[in-house]
Amino acid sequence: MSSKPYSLFLKDFRSELRTRYAINSLAMFIIVAISVILFSIGNEKINENLTAGLFWVVIFFTAMSGLARVFVSEEERGTTMTLQLVASPSTVFTGKLIFNLVLVFCMNTVIALLYSALFDAFVLRNFALFLYTFILGNIGLAIASTIIAAIISKAGAKGTLYPVLSFPILLPLILTAVQLTLFSIDGTTFEKSIFELAVVICYDVIMLTASYMLFDFIWKD
Amino acid sequence: MINFSVKAETLGKTFGRRLIFSDLEFEFTGNGIYGISGPNGSGKSTLVKIIAGLISPTKGTVKHILDKKEIPSEKLHNYIGFVSPYLILYEEFTAWENLNLFSQIRGISFNNELIEYLLKVFLLYDRKNDLVKTYSSGMKQRMKFIFAMMHSPHLLILDEPTSNLDDEGKDSVYRIIKEQGIDRIILIASNDKTDLELCSEKILLQNYKKMPAQELN
Repeated sequence: MSSKPYSLFLKDFRSELRTRYAINSLAMFIIVAISVILFSIGNEKINENLTAGLFWVVIFFTAMSGLARVFVSEEERGTTMTLQLVASPSTVFTGKLIFNLVLVFCMNTVIALLYSALFDAFVLRNFALFLYTFILGNIGLAIASTIIAAIISKAGAKGTLYPVLSFPILLPLILTAVQLTLFSIDGTTFEKSIFELAVVICYDVIMLTASYMLFDFIWKD
Repeated sequence: MINFSVKAETLGKTFGRRLIFSDLEFEFTGNGIYGISGPNGSGKSTLVKIIAGLISPTKGTVKHILDKKEIPSEKLHNYIGFVSPYLILYEEFTAWENLNLFSQIRGISFNNELIEYLLKVFLLYDRKNDLVKTYSSGMKQRMKFIFAMMHSPHLLILDEPTSNLDDEGKDSVYRIIKEQGIDRIILIASNDKTDLELCSEKILLQNYKKMPAQELN
């Protein structure tokens, strides 16, 4: 694979390995968030509803702490113009999206593993449904985070604006993903979860289409 | 022979309420060295950014025409080389890595011969494996020329090309501008008299507009 977006992804990947812009903040946030939840519940047994909700709360806030870096780091280092001079807007968006997809999948796999090891109530009775939710949810999260990162990178108060702007955009995805996670914990069948799955698929398709249409206008001042 | 030209029609730019310039009309046809001059704040850098397709004009259009066909904006980066003091390369990579990454992202093959030639001309060959963050400002400026020329663009835009350069660096830049001006369009935005002496045609920006040609002398 040697396409232009993949080359841009490789550039970001190598840059990340050298600068540790996102990895460190994501790792720290995952550890801190899960520790705080563990301390706050103590010896209490939390119900399935709360377990599914908290799982996606950790995912949402971890995403907020690291995924914006993909565009913010270019803007802060002043390399946005360099990127504009070597790649078309669609190449830039695809490259950055691949990077965020990889980051989201790695980050959420760690969260899911830690969660299943540390929370007794996180027992998946319908693992296949959870896997679908996890994959579709992560794709939606990565697409939405990437386009929001592109928007806020041009703004002044980037740190504050990212979660504020992300919350309403990600809310339909998070609510549906929480519901589907709850279904996979209590063992609900695929047939009964088809509506929620369709919502997440529609969300992913709409976000992807809207992002590609919007990005040209965001990228050029 | 490649027939490349740049044509601006009723070009205007405002930032908020502040007018930078309005109703600019010009055309660069045929290979050669062209200049843009004007006092500080007259919009030289803004104009070259618009010509490079980095920012949009508020009014009017800039057309880049290759063999009588207009180049679509999403492909414009393949035809343009750009050097400016506010252009920043990836400091966590070496010069060689930067150039290699750029050629991969552009989707062009890495021209080893050309890159080595440019590194030698701009006196960076011995430092090609050093991280860009260890370079002096003059070395970074010379590195930008290699970045701008590595894909043999049809239009080379140089915004204050000799800023941060010592005499040796300036000589290399002037030599390469004269050499490259034979088979492509070079556009220099500067206030430096020596830079502008290289130009066969000049645009003077003043009082939000293009001044008549006689005002230059």
